[in-house]
Amino acid sequence: MSTDASPPLVPGQAAPPTESGDLSRSIASSGAGDRVYTGLTTFFALCIPLLLAFLALEIGRAAWPAFSRFGLGFITSSEWNVPAGRFGAAPAIFGTIVSSVIALVLATPLAIGVAIFLSEFAPPWLQQPVAFLVDLLAAIPSVVYGLWGIFVLIPLLRDPVIPFLRDTLHLGATPFFAGPAYGPSMLAAGVILAIMSLPYISAVSREVLRAVPRSQREAALALGATRWEMIWDAVLPNARSGIIGGVILGLGRALGETMAVTMVIGNRAEISASLLAPGYTMASLIANEFSEATSDLHLSALMAVGGVLFVITIVVNGIARWLVWTVERGAAG
Amino acid sequence: MNRPKPAFGLLLAVAASLAVAGCTSESGKTPADTSGSASTKTPGRLTGAGATFPYPIYSKWFSDYAAKTGVKINYQSIGSGGGIRQLSEETVDFGASDAPMNDTELAAAKGGPILHFPTVLGAVVVTYNIPGLSAPLRLTSAILADIFAGRVTKWNASAVATLNPGVQLPNSDILVVHRTDGSGTTFIFTSYLAATSPAWKAGPGAGKEVAWPVGLGGKGNEGVAGQVKQTPGAIGYIELAYANQNKLPYAAIQNSTGAFVVPTIASVTAAAASIADTLSASSDYRVSVANAAGKDAYPISSMTWLLVYKNQRDSVKGKELVDFLRWSYETGYESAAALDYAPLPAKLRERLIARLGMISLGGA
Repeated sequence: MSTDASPPLVPGQAAPPTESGDLSRSIASSGAGDRVYTGLTTFFALCIPLLLAFLALEIGRAAWPAFSRFGLGFITSSEWNVPAGRFGAAPAIFGTIVSSVIALVLATPLAIGVAIFLSEFAPPWLQQPVAFLVDLLAAIPSVVYGLWGIFVLIPLLRDPVIPFLRDTLHLGATPFFAGPAYGPSMLAAGVILAIMSLPYISAVSREVLRAVPRSQREAALALGATRWEMIWDAVLPNARSGIIGGVILGLGRALGETMAVTMVIGNRAEISASLLAPGYTMASLIANEFSEATSDLHLSALMAVGGVLFVITIVVNGIARWLVWTVERGAAG
Repeated sequence: MNRPKPAFGLLLAVAASLAVAGCTSESGKTPADTSGSASTKTPGRLTGAGATFPYPIYSKWFSDYAAKTGVKINYQSIGSGGGIRQLSEETVDFGASDAPMNDTELAAAKGGPILHFPTVLGAVVVTYNIPGLSAPLRLTSAILADIFAGRVTKWNASAVATLNPGVQLPNSDILVVHRTDGSGTTFIFTSYLAATSPAWKAGPGAGKEVAWPVGLGGKGNEGVAGQVKQTPGAIGYIELAYANQNKLPYAAIQNSTGAFVVPTIASVTAAAASIADTLSASSDYRVSVANAAGKDAYPISSMTWLLVYKNQRDSVKGKELVDFLRWSYETGYESAAALDYAPLPAKLRERLIARLGMISLGGA
């Protein structure tokens, strides 16, 4: 995941000097040591795509029995019944996507706010400590998030938060907040994922905002813009593609997260419109059932879930690339 | 682009030689001495894999046994499914499972027929969170099946109330909490429900993971227990050992004679005592003790098994395995109760020691 975000980190600055092509060629031809070095680094670079291809091949091979048996029904059916040997992953696919979307909706504004504050407003003595603490969120093991979710977040949701959403904001009438609220729910998973993906989005956005040339800000201020107008009209548009890259990195984190989500989502293979109902994710499903799966079809079905997750991740990253690309082109044009 | 090839080949070669070295050093540990006194002269090494539920008692046994004989037993608690797979592939010397292997799995094993050796008994208890309740709740299999299938949804439903006269039951919803990860605990619990309730057998059925009609899923005993503890009105099932160690309340369950029995080491052992008479040394030990006869028997009990190939190709390892099993039936069982496992009844242990003779040692 993390490799995908590095290009959008510094938009527009990645272009190397034009004569670098000639330079590297002349270096490459200058000795045996360089040749070995070039060969070695090329090999390392090729290892990753090879590994990825091998991974896809192996998952595809192991998942094939399930796909050929259930066909499209594997993705559309909601029945996951191990003793009966019927496998449909729709609730897990739904849960993975919905929990990740909740996470992004909650985390993105917060993370961009943190990034703007740190790069534009924060006094120097506050900048470093706050940035450090936000980054520290990324270093906390996910099982700790899970425990925190069970013992702190879920009781908080159950007592002040959900009654507030339902009764004070009158959201209880909408299908999204209907039904009994036990605590472990899609909402709890989304909130945990938001906290977990926040440092990624905020760290990338912060660096991107810092990379916006000083001259842009000075020009905006010189035209009589207020500080807010300067950020909104001059800084953010320049940083747009990088921020999208950061959001996608956060999304990648949210899609694949396993442990923390398993601990708070309630693990119920059902599709429900209510965010207060328990759900299931693909990663949790695999983690929960893999170690005790004995039948070949069950194993194959779990592999197929892994394959679907793999494809969804690739598609999401593809969309992200495309978004970054169009935004960059729009900014240039 | 052509340059990386030699480097690639070299790395492959290094990786391959490392892998080979790893394999040979493992199998190279097998002592050449086949005279039989392997335990004293050349301490051997056995590997096993499987169930997580009996891991605490197994690891105590293995360390006690190593201290006594020098035979080191390396056990990976990767889950029953993994244990069965690894034994079938012959990557380990023995497997361990909370659920007996079915006939398809037995047929797929590469090393021939597999014998099941029960080691200890475990029990699954029904824990609940009803504020203000002090005495254990009394439940029957029919009520349990109805609650876990979502047919009884209130604590003060008449079916529950009539079983518990004089107990003030709240008018609150029952929240079912079940295991979401595949586990022997779920197998024991659902086997019990399937054995006693035709509706459950036809519906969710028995298995290490089933399609639960209602409720929330928790991961592991701690996931279920945590959920039950936090939610008033919740009910769930967990291992007896976990419940005891964490001082969780559990229900008295009606057994096949009509008595309400609280799970204890003695009542779980009693469940196996009732079937001991029906088993001989050569019986199939893939038997269930769910809802066993006997007025003291706790009904949601089960054995856990070590899985051993009948024909041990490596006679030294085979002998070490037999010696270990004999030790566990003669001495090891004494330490079970301290770890909240129920030892097998004496009569059954005698039969199993006789059964060890069925293992044939060595084709070489």
